[in-house]
Parts: sequence; structure tokens; C-alpha cells
Amino acid sequence: MTNELHNALADYLLALADDELILGHRDSEWCGHAPILEEDIAFANIALDEIGHAGVWYRLVADLRDERPETYPDQLIYFREMADYRSAPLVELPKGDWALTMLRQYLFDALESVRLERLAASAYPPLAEADAKIRTEELYHLRHTTAWVRRLGLGTEESRRRMQAALETLWPYALQMIEQPSAELVEAGYVPAEDDLRHAWEDMVIPHLQDSGLDVPHQTILPPFDRQRHTEHLSALLDEMQSVARLIPDARW
Amino acid sequence: MMIEIERLWQALNDVPDPELPVVSLVELGIVRDVQVTAGKIVVTITPTFSGCPAHYAMQDAICDRLRQVTDAAIEIMTTYSPPWSSDWITDTAREKLRAFGIAPAPRHGGNVMLLEAVTCPNCGSANTVLRNPFGPTPCRMIYTCNDCRQPFEAFKPL
Ligand SMILES: [Zn+2]
Repeated sequence: MTNELHNALADYLLALADDELILGHRDSEWCGHAPILEEDIAFANIALDEIGHAGVWYRLVADLRDERPETYPDQLIYFREMADYRSAPLVELPKGDWALTMLRQYLFDALESVRLERLAASAYPPLAEADAKIRTEELYHLRHTTAWVRRLGLGTEESRRRMQAALETLWPYALQMIEQPSAELVEAGYVPAEDDLRHAWEDMVIPHLQDSGLDVPHQTILPPFDRQRHTEHLSALLDEMQSVARLIPDARW
Repeated sequence: MMIEIERLWQALNDVPDPELPVVSLVELGIVRDVQVTAGKIVVTITPTFSGCPAHYAMQDAICDRLRQVTDAAIEIMTTYSPPWSSDWITDTAREKLRAFGIAPAPRHGGNVMLLEAVTCPNCGSANTVLRNPFGPTPCRMIYTCNDCRQPFEAFKPL
């Protein structure tokens, strides 16, 4: 592998990991606050899984950067400055109401599932192996959020109104998530191309949103997107997430 | 001094799972390999779920147990490949889980069917209903039995 390919892959995986970590953190904010006990348990688990998946990707980044996979993930999570994070606005947005949380998780899970399906055939063997670990776990998420989108979309007038509002807020940010990876990564067969991913994702989510009684917005112009820039929401999230580790950097628990 | 691998496995056999102490980490298929290289013991483990919060507690428990039988240096490695499968849980462990009130995951041979009927560990009825695909730990879900009317937990097929 050339040096450029190496670095491009590490950057690609860092973005995947950061999205999972930040979404996992947002999901964890429901712990003790979800509308029903069963969903409190479900979202605590989904949060844990997403953070676990971030850990798997961070370990691959560690390998690519010749860092120790046992310690590097914590370094990245707790001691990186906001400017060095690569998360997307979709996952940075505050948790909002239950409709927004559920819909965001669904849109993200759907994208993850089509991406994981393709990464299983990655020409970079450690990536294909990590994919195999994550894919079955993700089945549980997608099945859960798919059912909830339908339940809320076809539920009461109020639940539909909230879902439609959430969809209008989230849709442009969700479309942004499907990016064009650097050409050499696609050519090397390491990661899927943008159009392949976009079609598979749209074929999955658009019919389901419509069957759930929701109007999918027409979006032609996407907000500008740069993974080096962040919403103001990330700053408060990192302050909270990193505070204890930074207070006592060598703490053991 | 020679370090006998067999003795290390014997010691590891009684390291309980931190969240399900009725079964051992070996029986659950979490301990994958034990090697001795240049006088150092290397134990390879694989977590059930990638976000398993008991991961560090398991490593500590393994080290503590091995230190009772050896003075050699110990290293615990984590691998995700091949990914942990609920099929690896031994038959004895399945019985212990059932007696403890947790339905073991049906063996799936690599094709995970999420809607598999689960047998109630209390009364043996198959007339059960999934209440929540998520439970008190990442590897468990919550069911209710329509016959004995008891809620119970089931190990997730993975
Ligand atoms: Zn029963």
C-alpha cells in the first residue's frame, strides 16, 4: 500500500468512527429520559453498540498510523481538539425530540447497513474482518428503527407531525453523509463509490418513509459540507464527554 | 520453568463471566487462544459485542486468575476476527444459562435469524413473545412467556 493510500484510508475510517462515536453519545443522552422504559433500555444499548463500533474503526486507524490499538482510541476520543474531529452535522445536532432521535438513527442505520454490505468485500482484509464483526450487530438496530419509523409515521396526528418535521430538518444532513471517497480508495477496491452507496440507500429509505406516511422533501441544493468544520453543538458535547478524562488523565476505572 | 498450557486452560476454566457468573469465559467462547512465547503468556479474547462494557473487567479477571498459577508475564490480546458467535457457547453452558433463567440462543450456523422462536427457560413453552430486542446487557433481549406469564431474558443470536 502506498503512503497516500494509507493516509486516505485512515482518514476515511476516522470519519466513520467519529460519526459513530458522536451519534452514540447523542443516543446515550436518552439514558434515564426515554419516553418508555423499554426504549430507554434499547437506546442505551444502541448507544453502547455505536460507541463499540467507533472503537473497532479507531483500532484500524491505530494500525494504519502505527499506534497502539489498546490505547490510541482513548487518546483520539478524550484528548483530541474539536478541530481535529471529523464528524458530520447529522450526528452533531442535539437529540431533539423522540421523533428526531428515532428518524436520525434510522437514516444512519440504513446508510451503515448498505455501507457494511459493501465493505464486507473490501480489498483491505482488516476492514473486511472488522465489517464482519459489526454487521450482525447492526441488524438489530435497523430492524428496531425501521419498525419505529413506521409506528410513529402512521401513529397519531401528533406523532406524524413530529416525524414530518424531523424529516425536513434531517433530510439535507442525511444526504450529505454520502460522500465521494478519494478516487484511489475506490480504485483499490477498499471502499464503495458514492453513487453505488447513494442508490442503495435511497432505494432502502425512500419507499419506507413513504410507506410510513411521510413526504420525502425534494432536495436539490445541499448545505456546504466540510468535515473539518463543525456545528456549534459539537463543542458542548465534547466539553462534557472529555471533562472527566482531562481532569484526571491517568485515572483507572 | 516450563509453563504448561493445559494448566493455564484449567485455571481459565473457572474465570466467570463478569455479567453472567454462572458460566465461564471459556464456556462462552470468549477466550480464543492461550500461547506461551519466550516465557510470556499471551491470552487472546474476543468480546461478544464490540461495545461490551465488561471487556476490561474480563481482562482483569483473567490476569488475576492466571497470577495464582504462574509468575510469568501476561498479555491479553483482543481480536474481532473471526467475530464471536453465540454458536460457540458450549452445551454445558447452555444448560447452566437455562437453569439460571436465561434462554440460550438457538444455534444458527452462521445465518442469524432474528425472529427465531425462543423457548421459555421456566416452563419450556415455545409460546413466547419478544418484548425488546435489547436488554440489560448488549448480548441479551427480553421476552415474555404466554403460558407461565413470566418475563425472561434470552441470549441474542449473533
Ligand atoms: Zn413459560
